[in-house]
Formats: sequence, structure tokens, C-alpha cells
Amino acid sequence: MNRRGLLALGGAMALSGCKVLDGLTDTDHPLRNVMEAANGLTWRTQRLLSGDRLAPEFTAADIRQGMKPNGTINPADADYQALAAGGFVDWRLEVTGAVENPASYSLAQLQAMPSRTQITRHDCVEGWSCIAKWQGTPLRLILDAARPTRDARFVVFHCMDTIERSLSGLVKYYESHDFRDATHPQTILAWAMNDAPLPVANGAPLRLRVERALGYKMAKYIHRIEVVAGLEGFGRGHGSYWADKGYDWYAGI
Amino acid sequence: MPTGPLIYRQRMLTRLTHWLWAISLFFLMLTGLQIFNAFPSLHIGQESGFDYDNAILSIGAVETPDGLRGMTRAFGWEFDTTGLFGVSGGEVRAFPAWATIPSHTSLATGRVVHFFFAWVLVGTLAVWAAASLWNGHARELVPTVQDLRDLPRDVADHARLRIHHGQRYGVLQKLAYAAVLFGLLPLMILTGLCMSPSFNATAPWLLDLFGGRQTARTIHFVVMVLLVGFFIVHMLMILLAGPLNELRSIVTGWYRIDGERE
Repeated sequence: MNRRGLLALGGAMALSGCKVLDGLTDTDHPLRNVMEAANGLTWRTQRLLSGDRLAPEFTAADIRQGMKPNGTINPADADYQALAAGGFVDWRLEVTGAVENPASYSLAQLQAMPSRTQITRHDCVEGWSCIAKWQGTPLRLILDAARPTRDARFVVFHCMDTIERSLSGLVKYYESHDFRDATHPQTILAWAMNDAPLPVANGAPLRLRVERALGYKMAKYIHRIEVVAGLEGFGRGHGSYWADKGYDWYAGI
Repeated sequence: MPTGPLIYRQRMLTRLTHWLWAISLFFLMLTGLQIFNAFPSLHIGQESGFDYDNAILSIGAVETPDGLRGMTRAFGWEFDTTGLFGVSGGEVRAFPAWATIPSHTSLATGRVVHFFFAWVLVGTLAVWAAASLWNGHARELVPTVQDLRDLPRDVADHARLRIHHGQRYGVLQKLAYAAVLFGLLPLMILTGLCMSPSFNATAPWLLDLFGGRQTARTIHFVVMVLLVGFFIVHMLMILLAGPLNELRSIVTGWYRIDGERE
């Protein structure tokens, strides 16, 4: 083969390489499943390296703009709209599942508990970052009070917003975390942002902050927390709305 | 073309790691562009400015009377890049379909493939670094004092397209390979890790080193462009030096040199 032939072959391979791999978008593609094993390796490695270390925190001077809202920014769901119209006084947070002490909290009850305030950077999976101040109730307090049973491994967050209307029905946003992140000191159920009540666009009345993960792990419009032994029973079984769509469940990178 | 003897020039490990890097970098680049397309702008600092401007590059599309136009803004200058950046194949996308894996928009798939090959790259580099320090290959890439004295002549020879086929690397070759292996690839890995919120908790000093997550993302992109530059020069040099001899050495290890064995 002469040089020109070699170049042409290389060019054709480069151009077709992209198309050949388009099948990988199918989340059941065997080659994709092999590659997804790397996400598990990342999860274990990052857990080992980060332990319970804190995410970097910033100062008030670093808050240079409003917090960019993303995903659902105003749930159209009638029950949500009714709660929002009443200033969320009728809203309750339910704590259920594999716990000895199921509980229910009003917003005022959550706000009366010890709170944590942190100025942190929010990283979207798309690539952008935004710094804001968050105040909320440490999730650990809620979980400790609920007393998870011995087989509890994950915490599932059920949300009030319908993220998708598909042929099979309405899909509500949901997300889940392992206990390592759920009980991390910076993991809070936030009800205030930048010194004001949490706006609807950012997840009112209650959203999760997990500062060592990407934005989609931080569920908004939460109304129920369910402690579980496994994630099989929810959505398509991958543990979160976006994980069901092919995103990695552990989103630490 | 060289007329001297065939020598065993490239060890098995050098050849194997070379091809693992070539494959990994191919996928990392094209999935990286897929990931970039999800937010096609580069910023300086901790965060991306939405209410203020800290972007040095952004790619977008605007609706004009003549239809959709792709616009690229870099350091305040704006260019119409329709067909390449911003709008291509009739759709709004920063990098065109032929430059991304998958060719259509799928951030989730791009990330799966990107992180798989990121592990391959890191693993290969770690094995190569350990083995090369052990067997002395790493030292072959470090220019000697004599090399530096020969630098002007090597530059002049390259400018005249007079390529030497020696038993050892020339000084420009050493500098190019060392810059990639000891400079660009480690920088790529560190800026990549600096974008990980979990790794920021592990090593907050990385954020200070690079000046924030968005600056790290910008550097990650710039290093990609430098690696593409290396790739182009690498290909040109192979064509100029005799592609069959060069390919043979990186596939089988055997390389024909000028003149006699040392």
C-alpha cells in the first residue's frame, strides 16, 4: 500500500469510527456494559481516596451571580402547585422504608432543627459550575432519628416533579445515594439559598445538597425519603432518573 | 531512505503502550468533544459566568434572515463558523457529527466511553512509567548535554527535511516525546481529575494549582489541542522519514538505520 492509500484508509477509519460506535447509545449494548464497569472502579477508587473529606467551601465574595436553575424549574404537577400556592405549609417530608422509626416533618420542624450553612460549587454534568450559599438540615440527623435497619444500604429521594411524560405514563424524578454520601457532614436537605427561602426554580421547599457529586444527584422538590436494601424496585432499576437514562449512578466525576 | 542494517529498536512494552495510547487518545478526544458539546464554552475561574462574562471561547448558533448560523466567539472576536462549529449538518451543535463519539448527541454515552479510556490511559501510563524507569527507557527520552549542543543542527536538518535514522532518538524527537509523556499526558489527567467534585475533596490543592474547576476544564481543552498538534507533526515526520520503516519499528520493533550499527 502506498502512502496515499494509507492516508485514505486512516481517514476512512477516523470518519467511520464515530458511526460504528453509535450502537453504544443503547444502554443494554454488551460493549457499553463492559465500559460501564469502569464507573464502578471510579466509585470504589474515589470512595477509598476521599473517605469523609469535605468538598471545598468558598467565601461570600465568591458568590458572583444567582444560582443557575436546571432540569425542572417549575413543576406543573397540580399537587405541587397547590402546595406552592399555600407557601408549603401543608407540605410534609415523609421518612419511610427500612427504618425502625418512620417519621414525618413539616418545613417549620425541619427549620427548627440544627442546620448547616455552606458556600459550595455546584457542578452540572454538562460541564458548568456555579457557586451559591446553601442552608439546610443535615440528612444525617434525619437518618439517625429514623434508625435504619441492618439491611439498609441506600437512601432513595422521591420528588414531586414530573420530569417526563412517556407512553407508559408519568415519570417522577428520583435519585438515590449510598450511606457514605447520605451521612456525609456536608450532605444537607436545603431549604434556603443565598440567604433567602429556597426558590421554586431551585427545588422549593426542599432539595438535596451532596457536595462531592454532580448536580443531577441533588434531587429537588423532595417529599419522601425511603431507606432501602436495594435499588431494583425503582424506575428502571438503576437508582435514579438519569441513571435509568444511561448516566452513571455514582456521579463523583 | 536509510540503507544500513535492521536493528531491534522498540521493545515490546514500548510498542504495546504506544498503541494503547493511540487508541485511548482517539476515543478520549472524540468523546471529549461530545462532552464539550453539552456546554460549549470555556471559562476562567471556579465557576462559569452566566450573569457576568469570564468566557474565553464559546460556540453557539444564531437565527438570521439567511437561516441558522454557527458563531464562534474567542477572546472577544466573533467568527461565522457555519458548517464546522455551531451549526453543521443542518443542526445546532458545537463540534460536528464526524468529530464526536457517538456521532449524534449523547452525553451519557460519551461519558461512559471517555472514563473507560481514561482508565486505560492512566493504567498504561503507570505501567510504562514504572517499566521505563526500571529498564532505562525513560532516560532515552531525556536530552543529554551533547543533545542540547546538537539542537541547532537538528533544527536546521529538520528544516531542510533531512531526517536522520539513528539507533537513538534525535534531540527534537526526545523533546517532543518527553513533552507528551512527562508534560501533556500528566497535565491532561490532573486537569481531568480537577473537574471531579469528589476528587476536589481528596485533593483541594489541585483547584489552587490550576486556578479553579473551570480553568482546569479550559486547560484540559487546550492540552487536547496541543496533542492534536503533536499528532499532526508526528504523522508528517513519519511520512517524511519513510512510513514503512517507521511503522515496522512500532509494530515489530525492527528499524532500518543510516550507516553502521554503533
